[in-house]
Amino acid sequence: MQERLKELQGEALEKVSAAMDLKELNDIRVAYLGKKGPITEVLKGMGKLSAEERPKMGALANEVRDQITQGITAKQVQLEEAQIQAKLAAETIDVTLPGRPVHTGNHHSLTRVVEEIEDLFIGMGYTVAEGPEVEKDYYNFEALNLPKGHPARDMQDSFYITEDILLRTHTSPVQARTMEKHEGKGPVKIICPGKVFRRDNDDATHSHQFMQIEGLVIDENIRMTDLKGTLEVFAKKMFGEEREIRLRPSFFPFTEPSVEMDISCMICSGEGCNVCKKTGWIEILGAGMVHPNVLEMAGFDSKKYTGFAFGMGAERIAMLKYGVDDIRHFYTNDSRFLKQFSIHE
Amino acid sequence: MYVSYKWLQEYVDLSGITPEELAEKITKSGIEVEGVETLDEGIKGVVVGYVSEKEKHPSADKLNICQVDLGDGELVQIICGAPNVDKGQKVAVATVGAVLPGNFKIKKAKLRGEASNGMICSLQELGFESKLVAKEYSEGIYVFPADTELGTNALEQLHRDDQVLELGLTPNRADCQSMLGVAYEVAAILGKDVKLPQPKVETVSERAADYITVKVEAADDNPLYVAKVIKNVKIAPSPLWLQARLTAAGIRPHNNVVDITNYILLEYGQPLHAFDYDRLGSKEILVRRANQGEKITTLDDAERELTTDHLVITNGEVPVALAGVMGGANSEVGNETTTVLLESAYFTGGAIRKSSKDHGLRSEASARYEKGVDPQRIRPAAERAAQLLTQYAGGEVLEGSVEVDTLKVEPAVISITIDKINRVLGTTLSVSEANNILERLQFTTVVEENEMTVTVPTRRGDITIEEDLVEEVGRLYGYDNLTSTLPGGTASAGSLTPYQKKRRIVRQYLEGAGLYQAITYSLTSAEKAQNYCLEVREPIKLAMPMSEERSVLRLSLIPHLLEVLKYNSARQIDATAVYETGSVFLSTAKNELPEEKEHLAAAITGLWELHQWQGEKKPVDFFVLKGILEGLFSKLGLLEQITFAKLEKDGLHPGRSAEVFLNETSIGFIGQVHPNVEKELDLKETYVFELSLEKLLHAEMNPLRYEAIPRYPSITRDIALVVDQTTTAQALSTVIREAGGKLLKDVHVFDLYEGDRMEEGKKSIAYSLKYFDPERTLTDEEVVKTHDKVLKALEEKAGAVLRG
Repeated sequence: MQERLKELQGEALEKVSAAMDLKELNDIRVAYLGKKGPITEVLKGMGKLSAEERPKMGALANEVRDQITQGITAKQVQLEEAQIQAKLAAETIDVTLPGRPVHTGNHHSLTRVVEEIEDLFIGMGYTVAEGPEVEKDYYNFEALNLPKGHPARDMQDSFYITEDILLRTHTSPVQARTMEKHEGKGPVKIICPGKVFRRDNDDATHSHQFMQIEGLVIDENIRMTDLKGTLEVFAKKMFGEEREIRLRPSFFPFTEPSVEMDISCMICSGEGCNVCKKTGWIEILGAGMVHPNVLEMAGFDSKKYTGFAFGMGAERIAMLKYGVDDIRHFYTNDSRFLKQFSIHE
Repeated sequence: MYVSYKWLQEYVDLSGITPEELAEKITKSGIEVEGVETLDEGIKGVVVGYVSEKEKHPSADKLNICQVDLGDGELVQIICGAPNVDKGQKVAVATVGAVLPGNFKIKKAKLRGEASNGMICSLQELGFESKLVAKEYSEGIYVFPADTELGTNALEQLHRDDQVLELGLTPNRADCQSMLGVAYEVAAILGKDVKLPQPKVETVSERAADYITVKVEAADDNPLYVAKVIKNVKIAPSPLWLQARLTAAGIRPHNNVVDITNYILLEYGQPLHAFDYDRLGSKEILVRRANQGEKITTLDDAERELTTDHLVITNGEVPVALAGVMGGANSEVGNETTTVLLESAYFTGGAIRKSSKDHGLRSEASARYEKGVDPQRIRPAAERAAQLLTQYAGGEVLEGSVEVDTLKVEPAVISITIDKINRVLGTTLSVSEANNILERLQFTTVVEENEMTVTVPTRRGDITIEEDLVEEVGRLYGYDNLTSTLPGGTASAGSLTPYQKKRRIVRQYLEGAGLYQAITYSLTSAEKAQNYCLEVREPIKLAMPMSEERSVLRLSLIPHLLEVLKYNSARQIDATAVYETGSVFLSTAKNELPEEKEHLAAAITGLWELHQWQGEKKPVDFFVLKGILEGLFSKLGLLEQITFAKLEKDGLHPGRSAEVFLNETSIGFIGQVHPNVEKELDLKETYVFELSLEKLLHAEMNPLRYEAIPRYPSITRDIALVVDQTTTAQALSTVIREAGGKLLKDVHVFDLYEGDRMEEGKKSIAYSLKYFDPERTLTDEEVVKTHDKVLKALEEKAGAVLRG
């Protein structure tokens, strides 16, 4: 009997070890350990044994059972593991294949420039003022010290609708309107982005429609040094901390004194290149101290208040910042152009 | 304005300052120098030679074989093709080894078998602009005056060893349209003196007044007219130095008389005109407005019809000059001229601008009058011209001038305190420092304590108020010397308005949803303007459009967005999705500003989903764009207030378009572009929407409040309904919502069947309904009760039957 049990154990463990899958293993379990299995069968013969031998044999039978059970469990773990491995192997993908594209759009490059400038000035306490694209001659010119017949009106040939209504040639009328709303009380601190229009034939450097951004500050003690400091902050934030600025005297009817601001060339850092026409400087914007006539016309006492204003073209900023070579790209909306402005530095 | 460095040296001591350094200084203190040109740049080895022999080339008709003496006694053979080359001429010779502009090197050569050791040059070959070469030399080589020394540097003889500064003048700096004005500016920058020309004229005993009378009928336009008479002039070329100065300034030499008037124009900024006295046809000058329809042929041989807006100089009868713009052909100075009537006048800017603009004629003279000439230079300029006419045209100046003078010359007197200057500039200048700057500008000043009283010379007509003086002080003090500060005063919090903030959110959302922002033109064609408007109005036209394409203001953003799609699709880009926010313009009463409304529009075409290697490819459809729109409404907290209604609109697919309502208000539309339009634009299925951004962003939304996360389970019931084909999903869900009341938390369509297994005219639509009470677990009974109510309402109100 003892031998028979040992034999069964050996036989069962051999089969367990040879089992290929979990089903076969289960069959082995049922076959050897089940109620109708050979071990049970062997144990039925226990009655014939002596009282001494009976417990020994019982212990042996349990041991054999345990051995087989352990063998099966170990094999089961092994087979399950193999099954998982096989499944994983079957599920393997080429992780280098491209992912499912997520289609997102992005800001137009000009909006990007405008928002960057808006945010910069909002941080310095400015609010964003907007106004109509179709303007009264009064706000576009007269309130800005450009009376009818003023020669400087030639500088910006305009699209008139009637004698008194035109497409604004700059965003300065927004300044005039804002100042009027303030009814002679400062401070005024605004940044005015918007579309403007001039009679130009569209080519690589001209556009009949373009985007301007102007700023205006009026208060009781605004000095030209404040303008210089403000423009310096702007230039460094927009074009890099290492930029230097230079103010050159210029002329605008609505400011006196008037200046143009150059920044040190970001391409050659002032060494001289094609972008800066070998001068080391790039013209960025026009600015100046608000002309007393402009203040007075908007109801501000020019003895009490002073102010500064500046204005620039968003296209020019974008062209310099991103190296765009043709202003028409901004309005053609070629997908291949639009998509390039999704990256954020 | 082009400024010859050598010429400028006559008025200001420029020793130790190169033209480039000077340019930098001028730019930094007021006038942008746009370039510095070296006139003889890239030219070497060109000398004055003498053509001692000329014979025809034996085998080339147009060529001549010249023997040229270069001053060392030896003759050099040079083949020359110029028609005007001749024996006895002194010419510019590029010798072997010479270099001409464009790095053109002169080498020994054989032309049709004959040796040629150099080249006889035209002025163009020496770097002159063609339009600046005197007519007699424009078709051939240049010939020097007979007394020119042989063997000398030809470029030096031509006074081309010079550099020219190109000044970009702003409209206020009319004073720098003259060499004297530039001299004052440069002297102020450098802190030096100005040496003015001192005209000295010897006159003969005859009196100008016996030759001419002057009457001015238009004194408002012409408050000062000065006429001088110069007899016995001999027309000839002007001296080379004078020609060179004109050429450097961009004016073509003609003859001594004309050149001298142009020279004075450049030197004093005062336009002059020389009439041939004998061709005037009378002894009278009458200045008046032209008669309507009167005609004049100007010096450029163009006949011009005049109106009463135009100021003319007449001989008492007919116009002899378009005042301040250009002389008339009938009184032009020519080779036979012996007596010259010289005009130096003050014409007002407005009058000249009108003539110049109407006739499309801008001359050196009109450019100066338009911006204003110095009233105190009218007479000195005439004197100086008379002096040069005696010196270089052999003229005899008659005694006196004939004048009509109603001009009041009052120099501006401005008082300013040093505090004012420092307050605007942010500087701490002393009175004497500021005063010193004004004195450098040769302004007359009187200082009393903190105040300066400044008399501004009439040449600086741009300076009229205190701020103008602040600028003069500031720019010459140097903006580089200003410190950098930031505005003080009360701190204010900067921010966007709620509208501006929401607009940014709209943009970000749409971009996240896959649309690119486009920016298109506000101007469009009359034809396009009428399409896709939310509100139909007569488009607003420009008074003088540059083209039909850009002649009216847009009423919708869609036409240009469709153009963007067309542009991209024509370039093999298989998917384009764009949106734009921008204004449309609605006409109101004439002479009122139009209503400007900000709209939001989008257009999509082509593939929406494309994941090629997994074989997923899905073109855009109505529900793609509608989904984007619903997401937007949801983002803005407005989805509950939005409904869609079928819409038929020109340019849209009649079965696939909807009007969008915010509560009861129509705010825009969405739809497929009509297949005919798609075909016309060569586009695949294309969908668009346009909304009033203002209505959308100004809509009231419920403030954001936290809602408790459900603690009790919800119960879902699905129903499939058979309804008429025309019954809309929106109508059904409205019925369901109303009947479902508070317990109904969510309704959504999960299936739609319209196939042939349905009865004709019917469709099946399936809804999933979710019931839920935040306070407790719902009982089956309660759900059944409500659900039955829903089913009943569906049957009664929408004729919907549960599908078996």
